[in-house]
Amino acid sequence: MGEQATFEVSYTVEGADFSIAGEGAARLKRVLQQVGLPPALVRRIALATYEAELNVVIHAYRGVIKARVSSALVEVWVEDQGPGIPNVELAMKEGYSTAPDHVRALGFGAGMGLPNIRRNADALKITTVVGEGTALYMTFAGPSSEV
Amino acid sequence: MASYFHSVQLDEEKCRGCTNCIKRCPTEAIRVRQGKARIEAARCVDCGQCIRACPNRAKSVLTDSRAALKDFKYTVGLLAPSFFAQFRSNPSPGKVLAAVKLMGFTYVRGLFLAAELVASAIAKHLATTAGPFPRISTSCPAVVRLIQVRFPDLTRHLVTIEAPMEVAAYLARAEVRGETGCGDEDIGVFFITPCPAKITAVHQPVGVGKSQLNGGFSFSEVYADAYRLLASVKEEEPVVGSARGLVWARSGGEGEGVAIDDYLAVDGIEHVITVLEEVEMGRLRGVRYIEGQACVGGCVGGALVVENPFVARVRVAQVARALPLYSPPEITLPEEALVLKQDLSPRPFIQLDEDMEVAIKKLGELEKIVERLPMLDCGSCGAPHCRALAEDIVRDTAVLTDCDFVLREQVNELAQELISLTVLLPNAMGRKRIDGEGEK
Repeated sequence: MGEQATFEVSYTVEGADFSIAGEGAARLKRVLQQVGLPPALVRRIALATYEAELNVVIHAYRGVIKARVSSALVEVWVEDQGPGIPNVELAMKEGYSTAPDHVRALGFGAGMGLPNIRRNADALKITTVVGEGTALYMTFAGPSSEV
Repeated sequence: MASYFHSVQLDEEKCRGCTNCIKRCPTEAIRVRQGKARIEAARCVDCGQCIRACPNRAKSVLTDSRAALKDFKYTVGLLAPSFFAQFRSNPSPGKVLAAVKLMGFTYVRGLFLAAELVASAIAKHLATTAGPFPRISTSCPAVVRLIQVRFPDLTRHLVTIEAPMEVAAYLARAEVRGETGCGDEDIGVFFITPCPAKITAVHQPVGVGKSQLNGGFSFSEVYADAYRLLASVKEEEPVVGSARGLVWARSGGEGEGVAIDDYLAVDGIEHVITVLEEVEMGRLRGVRYIEGQACVGGCVGGALVVENPFVARVRVAQVARALPLYSPPEITLPEEALVLKQDLSPRPFIQLDEDMEVAIKKLGELEKIVERLPMLDCGSCGAPHCRALAEDIVRDTAVLTDCDFVLREQVNELAQELISLTVLLPNAMGRKRIDGEGEK
């Protein structure tokens, strides 16, 4: 893999700002399209990143999206400073949500975020500390990976 | 590389190389080079935004010559629904049809019936399809091409049902053949269009099949004659179809015709883009059908219309009163007449290189270049914004010094260097190095 070109990028995410929620995922999507990854793969990565970004906006104070892109593997980290997730297993359940009412009124926080991420990512690792924050690590096999 | 036909053309004489159009193009298809705007064919979607943006009227639409009518034994003029809303005196649809006929057509037809048939076909499709949802209308050709070049993954959402223009041409051809017994080659069908995208659609339905039409004329070139001839109309033409077809002239009309309540109508290409971005991110829930139109107000806002789009929109409602509200179409069309002949495959332009490894390397370069640019998006370099210039540079179609600010910086550095050189003494006088590293 030493010969393979990689590209790294990072975007910051502000908590509670719904007006720009999704901007980081949209910028990452543009980058992936510029690389020329297949549209279906781009969609999965953008969707998973968008959901993770939204979680930061809904629950955390601030966060950062980082991505490393190669033709074999796309890795995305979404790390936040926030309340953390007390029960990850519960949070992974479809429909389970701790989003406040005003967020749900906007149509967000339906409890589909983490399940959607798991569905779209090839692998997902969650590291979380209550009171400190959450780190998501998602990977997606690229077209040149040997599966 | 495939070549694409485009109806939007540039008049080199009139173009002053200003930056108005490059900023308005939704696919960033225009660059100013050697003082003239250049449209990159693979990216252009014929939306007409640049025609509206050009202060020098240097962008025009290549329409067909009316002399082409002489090439056919029988000619049919098809009038876009929005044409009926162009006249201040609010003539009846039958009178407008008759006036256009006097311009030299053997037959004239509205699109009302065809639009109704298409609406019914879409309704049927929505009731039976497995998705993916939301389904997206193909009636605006500029939106279809926008999706092909900018949202390649959403091509799966496009409904493969022919637009009313093509269906109307199909009906007209069948009618003329039946009435005269002539062959298809004897019939010339021409569309009177509010927009350049339809003219492109007539001349370039790439892929599966050929358009039923032979050419198109713009509202602006037909209007004056039609207006003048309105006074000479003795007998109105019969009108087939209802208001349900007419309202396709404005945004929302198609959805109303389809008659479902979970459709979304969006007009104006920038707004269409924001909605498509929502769809791409899976954010748009609870919507089954999207009717997107590139022009503000829908077809009444086309780049080639005569009347103010908002006035025309009011008039659509007034003209509608002259028509029956709804007439269930009595004909059933063969499947093939309703199946879209146009190629809907993605035409992505965004990737930086065909080789993914090279593209990734270029992306790294691109980010470094972006850091050197002022990010003022002034457009002086000929690209619509700084990032676009960076993309052009890694694609080898521009150089860094195309940026005025970078150029000044470099000139400044050069000047500093020259000043430094003036203090460098000749050897005989005791050499002094400017970099302070001592003598070699």
